[in-house]
Amino acid sequence: MLVFAGAGWQSNWFDVLQTNFMRNAFIGGALVAVASGLVGYFVVVRRDAFATHALAHIGFPGATGAVLVGAPVTLGLAVFCTAGALAIGLLGKQAAKREIATGSILALATALGVLFNSLATRSAGTVTSVLFGNLLAISVDQLWTFLFFVIGLVAALAWIARPLAFASLDPQVAEAKGVPVRALGTIFMVLLALVVTMAVQVVGTLLLFALIVTPSATALALTARPVGAVLLAAGLGLFCVWGGLVLAAMFNLPPSFFIVVLAFGAWLATLAMSIMFERREVVPVGDR
Amino acid sequence: MTDTTASAVPLDAAVGSHAPAMRFSEVSVRRGGQTVWSEGTFEIPSGSVVAVIGPNGSGKTTLLQLALGLLTPATGEVTVLGDTPRRGNPRIGYVPQNYSAALGDVVRCRDLVSLGLSGARWGLGRQREQDSRDIDAALDAVGASEYAARRMSHLSGGQQQRVAIAQALAGQPDLLLLDEPLANLDLRNQHAIVHLLGEIRRTGDLTVVVVTHDLNALLPIATAAVYLLDGHAHYGTIDDVVDSDLLTHLYGTFVRVVRTAQGDLFTRAG
Repeated sequence: MLVFAGAGWQSNWFDVLQTNFMRNAFIGGALVAVASGLVGYFVVVRRDAFATHALAHIGFPGATGAVLVGAPVTLGLAVFCTAGALAIGLLGKQAAKREIATGSILALATALGVLFNSLATRSAGTVTSVLFGNLLAISVDQLWTFLFFVIGLVAALAWIARPLAFASLDPQVAEAKGVPVRALGTIFMVLLALVVTMAVQVVGTLLLFALIVTPSATALALTARPVGAVLLAAGLGLFCVWGGLVLAAMFNLPPSFFIVVLAFGAWLATLAMSIMFERREVVPVGDR
Repeated sequence: MTDTTASAVPLDAAVGSHAPAMRFSEVSVRRGGQTVWSEGTFEIPSGSVVAVIGPNGSGKTTLLQLALGLLTPATGEVTVLGDTPRRGNPRIGYVPQNYSAALGDVVRCRDLVSLGLSGARWGLGRQREQDSRDIDAALDAVGASEYAARRMSHLSGGQQQRVAIAQALAGQPDLLLLDEPLANLDLRNQHAIVHLLGEIRRTGDLTVVVVTHDLNALLPIATAAVYLLDGHAHYGTIDDVVDSDLLTHLYGTFVRVVRTAQGDLFTRAG
């Protein structure tokens, strides 16, 4: 039987869950899950999934650059993600559709991230935690930052939710009704950048999609009610993050792995269910 | 708006009883440095059903954009419902072209109609009771109540068009602007939607302006037409417009006008 380094069933997993770093991970994970559910609904409805992925990659050099200049990682991520969000927002939807240009820029961002890391430490530790997340290393300071972000996000979304939903679901009529569709798009990208900044620290840039997009896509497959979908997505995210932490403690494996597996599993189950119970009774329009 | 029986009163009787719904004087529009059309001087009487016709690219949608305040005329003056056009005028209902294709993947019919009423409001706050009643009435008026809770993407083209019209109607507009509402519909659904527009016109006191590439489908209810010909916008009553020479010129292919013994009017190419 193969024995992996330290991995396997941990009989003391319940004690592990009660440590300080686990407590921070549970709180931080919950904040990020709720934030992801809130923006995830709009990401799916607006078809901004690729932009989300792009922001995560743009954040990578921000994180390693911050280490290079001795600034907090959260700050570096926030600055790069927000700048990227503004660029995407101002260029409009076409930006995300220019696949080759965007892909090239993402490759450059990743290369810069590796360069900054090499200049700073020449260690793979930072790179690994930015790429794959390091929920177990969340500090109390980071928790306060997260809480501050979440409060700002909730306040902003409470104010713009309805016009943003209108602009996202039905842009043409929203425009005619006087909704500032473009401005809302840019504001949303900035809010998304804040959530990406947090989520990168939980699951990392490479796995972020699974936390922001997958639970919301799952929720929207189950219900099209906007409030219901947001609550379901947040609940699902919470389940994945907390479940991932418990499993990580049980098996001494990275929580990111379990978080993504749970999110993917829920999505797959929903997909299978909707294929099995496909009900599209299209009622033909007749003269009544 | 629940009376669905056809009124015996001809539509023309109500035409011209109020101030014009739209007034264009010496209007020209430019887009990307090119004049789309010019010399638009006409009035659309309140209560009329107006077809906007013309070949592809002649600026039919542009006319609606002027009315919605999405575009300002290069010269001349546009007046809509007695005012300068402005975005967000609650007295105008609008159904854009290729409507369902532009929608997000996941939206329920009722939520879409609801956004038409309150989507421009900032901040939280529960839905007003009056809104809820208006939404129900609009869905009922277009016959979409039974699928109101379903997703738009699960409906047929005709059903989607009904919901789109319900959204435009929910604010009880005085002017309804529809951009190609019959495109992508089969003949039966085209007739159903035209019939519905006729009912809406009869039961609600409003003006209906319909951009269409096919005048025929609209002939049963149209009272007049704006036709975009040779870079100019013209207006004529339906009898003036349904003229073989004019339509032949307009579409650049021979169009025959046929009037049946029952008095039905239709046009055919070739």
